Amino acid sequence: MKITLLDCGVSNVASVERALQRLGAESQRAATAECVERAEALLLPGVGHFEALIRVLNDRKLRAPLCDAIRRGVPFLGICLGLQALYDASDEAPDLTGLQLLPGRVCALPPVAKLPHMGWNRVVLKNQSRLLKGIDADAYFYFAHSYAAIEQGEETVAACSYGTEFVAVLEKENMCAVQFHPEKSGEAGAQVLRNFMRLCA
Amino acid sequence: MSLARRIIPCLDVDGDRVVKGVNFVELRDAGDPAQLGARYNAEGADEIVVLDIAASRDRRPTFLETIRRVAAELAIPLTAGGGIRSTEDARAVLRAGADKITLNTAAVARPELISETSLEFGAQAVVLAIDAKRDGDQWVVMIRGGRDSANLDAIAWAKQGVALGAGEILLTSMDRDGTKSGFDTALTAAISSTVSVPVIASGGAKLPDHFAEIFTAGYADAALAASIFHDRIQPIRELKEFLSARGIPVRLPC
Repeated sequence: MKITLLDCGVSNVASVERALQRLGAESQRAATAECVERAEALLLPGVGHFEALIRVLNDRKLRAPLCDAIRRGVPFLGICLGLQALYDASDEAPDLTGLQLLPGRVCALPPVAKLPHMGWNRVVLKNQSRLLKGIDADAYFYFAHSYAAIEQGEETVAACSYGTEFVAVLEKENMCAVQFHPEKSGEAGAQVLRNFMRLCA
Repeated sequence: MSLARRIIPCLDVDGDRVVKGVNFVELRDAGDPAQLGARYNAEGADEIVVLDIAASRDRRPTFLETIRRVAAELAIPLTAGGGIRSTEDARAVLRAGADKITLNTAAVARPELISETSLEFGAQAVVLAIDAKRDGDQWVVMIRGGRDSANLDAIAWAKQGVALGAGEILLTSMDRDGTKSGFDTALTAAISSTVSVPVIASGGAKLPDHFAEIFTAGYADAALAASIFHDRIQPIRELKEFLSARGIPVRLPC
């Protein structure tokens, strides 16, 4: 199965592409509604500002086909901002509406620690996880963000703690997302991507 | 739970080769950047920094190609800089495969460059590189590869850079660089306790104790070194085991 990478021009799609390539996955970039509609599996990478990503999804008319595909059961993996975009809204751009596939707001991490939360951190398992299968409980993942989904729901399978606890990995049927960057997280990150590829197969 | 302290090998490149020198002079060839990058990725480095020490316009395409070749070898973050003077320069470096850019001389000349790049790519992608040198009871900012003084106080400049949107500080002690006598703990502690973003300490590392000291007494979030890694004086894995045994959180196993 081919994984379609949503290229919204605001993230480093190339690094995710390279990571998938190394693992032997077939992938293609997509920036149009038609490509999203036809996708067998979708990956939304994201670095940068919530506003930039949502605006691109709106302007290129990608919002509806993306939400439809996820609701239809197409395997989906959101990375970093690609996780945050799933919620109702984000404090980073309060006037914009998120994809509303999950309830709640994305909030700024509390300024009790150095921000951005940048570097390698561990996660705590909250529920059985398909994405984290085969990964040591004390594995580190690479994070680079200042906003996070702090409210946890039943889709939260792992949380990370930095100033406060926030959603690190979520899984809801075909919809998966991680706040860290698996493409930058060494062997542990590669295993997350392999596990997602297995879900796509 | 706490963030792991990062160990970062630095590749100073001139065109398509890694070079090394003492106090920014006497450069010698130290290998192929992609090969070194692949080696550090496998040995457990937490991030790689690639700096274009020549930073000349006509060799820019070669540097971008070097970034592409290094990025292709990595499953860890890559920071690249040297000679970035505009948002478009920064975009080219990020497109070539870097996750973060470093700004140095051009940000001193035009501080708005920090806010422009931070707004465009996010604070997490903008690293302010500061080359600091002791001058009486303060540290001054040096520019143009450490050749000239910017007549700026390093602590004040770090604060201003963060206020403008830098997401991280790469702090090099010009007094210690290349000396292998240990990081500048006083300088790093002064900056790290002042700013709200992570600080990468650089310059002077040789012994594992130097790293332990900069993470504890210097409050560094990451430590960068070059020749001790290039010359295999200090294997990364052993260094991390040493730090872990002293209770400093590092990413292990790797």
